[in-house]
Order: sequence, then C-alpha cells, then structure tokens
Amino acid sequence: MNILVCISQVPDTTTKVAVGTDGKTIEKTGVKFILNPYDEFTIEEGLRLREKFGGSVTALTVGGDTAKEILRTALAMGVDKAVFVKDDNREDSYSVAVNIAEVAKSMQPDVVVLGRQSIDYDSFAMASMVGELLDMPSISVVSKWNIEGNTVIAERDIEGGKEVVETTLPCVISAQKGLNDPRYPKLPDIMKAKSKPIEERTGVASSSRVQTFSMELPQSKRVGKILGDTDTDISELVRLLHEEAKVI
Amino acid sequence: MSTIVVYLEQKGNELKRSSLEAITAALGVTGSTVIGLLVGGDAPSVQLAGEYGLKECAVANHDLLQAYSSTAVSATIAEFAKSVGATSVFFGATAAGKEISPRVSVKLNAGFVPDCVALEANSGSIVASRPVYAGKAKINMAVTTTVGVYSLRPNVFTARKVDNPTAVSVREFTPTLSAHDCRMKVTNVLRNEGKLDVSEADIIVSGGRGMKGAENFHLVESLGKVLGAAVGASRAVVDAGWRPHGEQVGQTGKTVSPNLYIACGISGAVQHLAGMSSSKVIVAINKDKDAPIFKVADYGIVGDVFDVLPKLTAKLTH
Repeated sequence: MNILVCISQVPDTTTKVAVGTDGKTIEKTGVKFILNPYDEFTIEEGLRLREKFGGSVTALTVGGDTAKEILRTALAMGVDKAVFVKDDNREDSYSVAVNIAEVAKSMQPDVVVLGRQSIDYDSFAMASMVGELLDMPSISVVSKWNIEGNTVIAERDIEGGKEVVETTLPCVISAQKGLNDPRYPKLPDIMKAKSKPIEERTGVASSSRVQTFSMELPQSKRVGKILGDTDTDISELVRLLHEEAKVI
Repeated sequence: MSTIVVYLEQKGNELKRSSLEAITAALGVTGSTVIGLLVGGDAPSVQLAGEYGLKECAVANHDLLQAYSSTAVSATIAEFAKSVGATSVFFGATAAGKEISPRVSVKLNAGFVPDCVALEANSGSIVASRPVYAGKAKINMAVTTTVGVYSLRPNVFTARKVDNPTAVSVREFTPTLSAHDCRMKVTNVLRNEGKLDVSEADIIVSGGRGMKGAENFHLVESLGKVLGAAVGASRAVVDAGWRPHGEQVGQTGKTVSPNLYIACGISGAVQHLAGMSSSKVIVAINKDKDAPIFKVADYGIVGDVFDVLPKLTAKLTH
C-alpha cells in the first residue's frame, strides 16, 4: 500500500498569541512550534496501515523552513520517506491543498491521511480540498475505520453521534483524536532520523484566493460580576441569569 | 447585483437553525438576491425559511441523492450555484457543512473562508471575520476571486424572523450526477441516544479537574439536567478518562458557542478558553479566585464546586 501522510507545524497549544509587525499574522519570535497534535494520529495511522498491508509511508509537509523539524519526528516514528514543500501561506487552505495534491499526483497513493484540522488556521478543509483536487472520495474527522480489499468503512464524528461512511480506495481521510494511540519515537530512532534525507520540492505557485486585511486579538466584553459562595450569592446568580443575562 | 446561494441543511424533516442563521446573514448583505438550496430534502420544511425572509428556494432531487453522499451533494451545490450565477455560497459550519464547503469552493474556483463569525458587506464585496489559533486571534479577510464560499459558525449569527413574510417560491432542480459522484455514501448514523451533544446545545455545563474524579460528575449532570444542558469536560478530565472525548471542549476538542456556558472546577487553561470563549454568557464556579476562567466570565462564584453545585441545582429546580 502506498501511503501518504500530510502533517503540519503549528504553534504550541500554550502559546499566547500576539499580532506581528505586519498586522496580519502572529508574532513568531519566542513561539515554540510543534507537530500539529492531530498529526500524531495521522503519522501513527500511516504506520499502522503499513504494518497491516505492507508498502511504504511518505510524510509530507507544506510550510516554512522550520517545518522540516516535524518531518524528523515523522522519520523517528518510522515513516520511510519525507518530502518538504516550501510554501508559508497559512491563510489560504487552497494553496496548501494544491501543493499536497501536486506531490500526491506524482506518487499515486492508495490512501492519503491528514489531521482533522491544523490548530493554527483551524479550517477543517484539507481532506475535502485534497480529495476534490485528486478526484478522490474523502472522509473527514474519522475516529475509526477499516479497509477490506478495496472497500473502506469509516466512522466520522458528527453532532450528537457518528456517521458510518462507505467508500473505496484510493481515498483521503482526516484523523480525529481517538483514531489510534500514537507511539513515542525512541531515542536511537530520533538520533538516526537526524541524518535521514528529506526531499525538498519547489511549491506550485498558485495565487492566493483570499487576502487577510488585519489580525486582531479578541476583546473581552464580559461583565465580570464575581460573587461569593453564600446562599444569598447563589440566589443572586440565579436572579442575574434570569433577569440580566436572560439565558435561562 | 450579487446572488447568494444558501445551502439549507435538515435535521430530520426540519431546517437546522444554522441554516436559518445563514439566511439572515445572507439577507444582511445588501443588494443581494438570496436563494436557498435544499438537496434531496423535504420540500415542505422550506416554508419555515419564509418566516426568516427567504423568498426563493430550489429543491434538488435525483435518484443518486437517496443516500447521503458528501461528494454528490457538493457536486449538486456547485452545479446549482453555477446555474444561477452565484457570487457567494453560504454554509453553516456544521459537521456536514465543514466537509462539503471546501469541495464546493474547489469546484467553483472560489476563495474559501471557513468558520466566519461576522460578515460585513462593503460595496458589493464581503469582508469576513474568523477566529484563528482556536480563537486566540481573529482575522479580517476577503476572497480575491469572483465567487466566494463561506461557512458560518453556528449560534453566532442570530436567525431573525421578518415582518410580513411571504410564501417561499419553490422550484425543482435536477442535477447532472453520475455514479462517480456518489463513490462515498453514508450507510448508517449512530446517535448518542438520550444525550445532548455539546456542539448542539444551547446550554453547556462543563466540569474540570476541580471535580476530582469521575464519580463526582453526577453533580455536573444534575445541574445540566435542570437546565436542559449538555455536559462538557476539560481536556484534563478527558485525558484522565473521567469523561469521553466527545464531551471535550477546547482547542483539541470541540469549539462551542452556546447561550450559556457554566464552567465548574475549570481553571481556564488557554486551550480551554479557546474552545468556549465565543459563548454568549459564561459562568465560572471555582474555589481559586485567581483562576484565569474568571477573566472571561460574565458571572463568577468563588467557592467549592462540591458545595455550590448542589445548592445552585436546588435553587434552579424551584
């Protein structure tokens, strides 16, 4: 099985976001960048497919120069090959999707796995866009799946439950937390991964389909009435919810 | 003159509220013709949209739309949008909307703006605001293409009924579909019976590490029951195995924007705040008066959840 896993590098979840000097993106100085948390499931799923069906796993990232670090993580976890495409456009999912599709077309994967979202621009768009560009079916937010022969049966999370979806290979899926239990790379593998080759490819120049005018930090407009825990306070809270906030 | 197609999504035989919200948002883009599109659905439900100001609607039907297929629905929407010369297509950013809107944008060579929380019509073009970095920041953006595809975060835009509504003029639309468009289909839906989901609830009562163990969550559930609320949880609680992942609110869980969010024993790590800060009203109950959750709360009770929750539940029962 020819498996392509697409991963991204994002600011650590504990990052306190500040607006950069361009006024449109975040200030990157001092920010720790990590492997997108959902992509731990992505890489793990690729490795499990190889263990089950044989074949090879290629990890791909589209991003700025520092994004190569996450390919080292993927190599340490056990992927066979790493491909880096330089394109730092985060605002436009389409531009990332075009670059992924371009690499995919050259390797004809049976399965493309991605994370359900990158926790920077949170677009949830990549599985569908890549699927459309490759003319493949896609299933997003998959928490469980099974491949038998050419048939794929997957469960994806929806509001208040799960959808059971049936399709055929080749296909694209996006991984939800719980799909698997990602392995930790072992120290010797981390050391070995440092000297493994990373193939660099030039990105496809596609003009961005969106433009950002400005980035701002959310302003809290909360009333902030802080009460104690006496009976009177709790009654007051109930009154405020009824009469002031009018939410119950 | 711009034309906005609003994709209407149904739950059972009724239009989802997120679709009604999208209608109101589309009508707010001045100088636009708004057309609803229901795919393989129940035509009578469309009349409800009339109360929210929709005048025109198409219902797409085809033998290949019998079973839900996101690829077939995407193809149908794109074909319809082209047929009416749509300049924008609006979706609710629901589980289905999030999956089909990116496909539709690729099919229409359209710029894609997901998860919008505000739209401003500026001389014919739309400037959208959307949260990024899980709500830690917001960007204002626009498409650079002729056509734009937007998904709207549920429960952020208000669905407004109009004065003097008229009957919706409904017509049929038959898309050109082939088996190739239906290579994936939904074969079953597994509902969490009797349990309200955080992504659909008007009120959420969430518990954090301060609940001290799975066995104490009955306090959160009791309060939730009185309020008709869904139960949510912080990441710490889910990682500890006290609650299922489906209840997790936050950066690596679900992003929610209910009318009322009650955080019980949740300190308010930045990842949690990211997932719930667009809630309309936030109540925090925590014994640490310096907990960050109080900085985003409208109302706070500084006190022990084990003491406060039963009292609050009792007072709300009366």
